[in-house]
Amino acid sequence: MTDIRYLAPRTLDEAVGAFAAARGAARILAGGTDLLVQMRAGAVRPGLIVDIKRIAEMTSIEETADGGFRIGAAVSGAVLGEHPRFGQVWPGVLEAVNLIGSTQVQGRASPGGNLCNASPAGDSVPAMIAADAVVTVQGPDGRRQMPVAAVPAGPGRTNLAPGEILVSFTLPPRPRGAGDAYLRMIPRTEMDIAVVGCGVNLTLRDGTCTAARVGLGAVAPTVLLVGEAGKALVGSRLDAAAIEAAAAACRAACRPIDDKRGTIAYRTRIAGVLLKRTVGIAADRAGRA
Amino acid sequence: MPTQATPQAEPDRVTITLTVNGKPRSLALEPWTTLLDLLREELGLTGTKKGCDHGQCGACTVLLDGRRVNSCLALAVMQDGASVTTIEGLAAADGTLHPMQTAFIEQDAFQCGYCTPGQICSAIALLEEDHAQNPDEIRELMSGNICRCGAYPNIVAAIEQVMASGGEPAP
Ligand SMILES: Cc1cc2nc3c(=O)[nH]c(=O)nc-3n(C[C@H](O)[C@H](O)[C@H](O)COP(=O)(O)OP(=O)(O)OC[C@H]3O[C@@H](n4cnc5c(N)ncnc54)[C@H](O)[C@@H]3O)c2cc1C
Ligand code: FES
Ligand code: FES
Repeated sequence: MTDIRYLAPRTLDEAVGAFAAARGAARILAGGTDLLVQMRAGAVRPGLIVDIKRIAEMTSIEETADGGFRIGAAVSGAVLGEHPRFGQVWPGVLEAVNLIGSTQVQGRASPGGNLCNASPAGDSVPAMIAADAVVTVQGPDGRRQMPVAAVPAGPGRTNLAPGEILVSFTLPPRPRGAGDAYLRMIPRTEMDIAVVGCGVNLTLRDGTCTAARVGLGAVAPTVLLVGEAGKALVGSRLDAAAIEAAAAACRAACRPIDDKRGTIAYRTRIAGVLLKRTVGIAADRAGRA
Repeated sequence: MPTQATPQAEPDRVTITLTVNGKPRSLALEPWTTLLDLLREELGLTGTKKGCDHGQCGACTVLLDGRRVNSCLALAVMQDGASVTTIEGLAAADGTLHPMQTAFIEQDAFQCGYCTPGQICSAIALLEEDHAQNPDEIRELMSGNICRCGAYPNIVAAIEQVMASGGEPAP
């Protein structure tokens, strides 16, 4: 790790300018819990590090006038957990973010870094997809928005254009009767990578599911939005048949790898099991009678 | 012979100010120096240990503005203006140990001692965070600190001892 320049700009325009000018030789640094490990392993050798934590917009959490949230991309999991309202409104997103590493890692690790690192097993990503979160990105050509599911392009790759920086996540306002949850399967309870991760966000009206989104992690090259699983739940009273149909949709969406953490058959089966359990928690939070 | 010019910052160095165990310091650093290497190699504070250098073991845990972090995963230049407390900074000026240090001794919460500075810093932050109410929660929230000697039961006992005595906030 030598010959690296370091910049900590105070404005996004400066950050984008420096990042774009370095033409691929630069890396954005949020918490550094992925980047430093990768640099140490020699997997990446940036000529310039652009630290975004001095930019106010990237480290703030705002509740918007309509009741939604805007979370800066570099907000740490610990700071998000300390927000007085966020965890009440989005308990599933918060539990996903707070599963990342130990408390020490939490002090630094950000949802923006988790998404841009583009691991298929990133824990916050399925929950953000289920929440229908949208990201704002800024680059040399200005700002644009895209859904979270459109950011990862494959393991370690994103669809951000050269010079673009992820600025924030926007989560929509919550209707009455909404609940979300995230569960992951790992061989131990802490400090490991998801074998499967499942995020569910649903809305109940008088016991009937009126909206549902399902995000599934670690079962394909990118985290998936499983549209068919959501569809199977909407219109039902979350009876066993509807939940089994949603679980089947999750299993059908799996294109996993075989590795030391789990075989293809195991991951596929677990995807269905996790869907069922996660729906149960989300429904309870939505106020299921 | 030209007289020596005033010392100039080397071009590849970044100057930061950092308060280390209560003392403000101005440091000119290579950007890729981790906080851990700064503490150990440049400031001689070798109480903070390097176990894995990958964020996995917690041996390098220090308190950064009161929050526990793995110093191996933090670049020192990122901490401009921050305050760091290491194991060396916990005892009072007269040498009186921090209650967590005393509890680790009384509960025999270590064998080789390599993980201990990280365990103690982590445990102090745990009490500040105030999320652990019972041994299970202590174990869960201390899971970022690995003890290869397996002194876990005594570590949990030491933390419980401080909790029971009402604790003492981190400096
Ligand atoms: C011990 C340990 C345990 C871990 N456990 C988990 C776990 O359980 N689950 C999990 O999902 N992850 C885990 N991780 C991985 C890591 O902590 C997370 O992915 C974390 O969210 C990364 O966030 P960061 O802010 O540290 O990212 P950084 O390391 O700062 O950045 C990660 C990548 O994203 C890029 N980037 C960051 N922010 C932006 C931005 N705003 N715009 C554009 N690009 C950006 C960086 O250039 C880099 O390539 C673990 C890591 C460690 C060390
Ligand atoms: S040395 Fe930092 S966590 Fe192991
Ligand atoms: S006392 Fe030896 S590693 Fe913990």
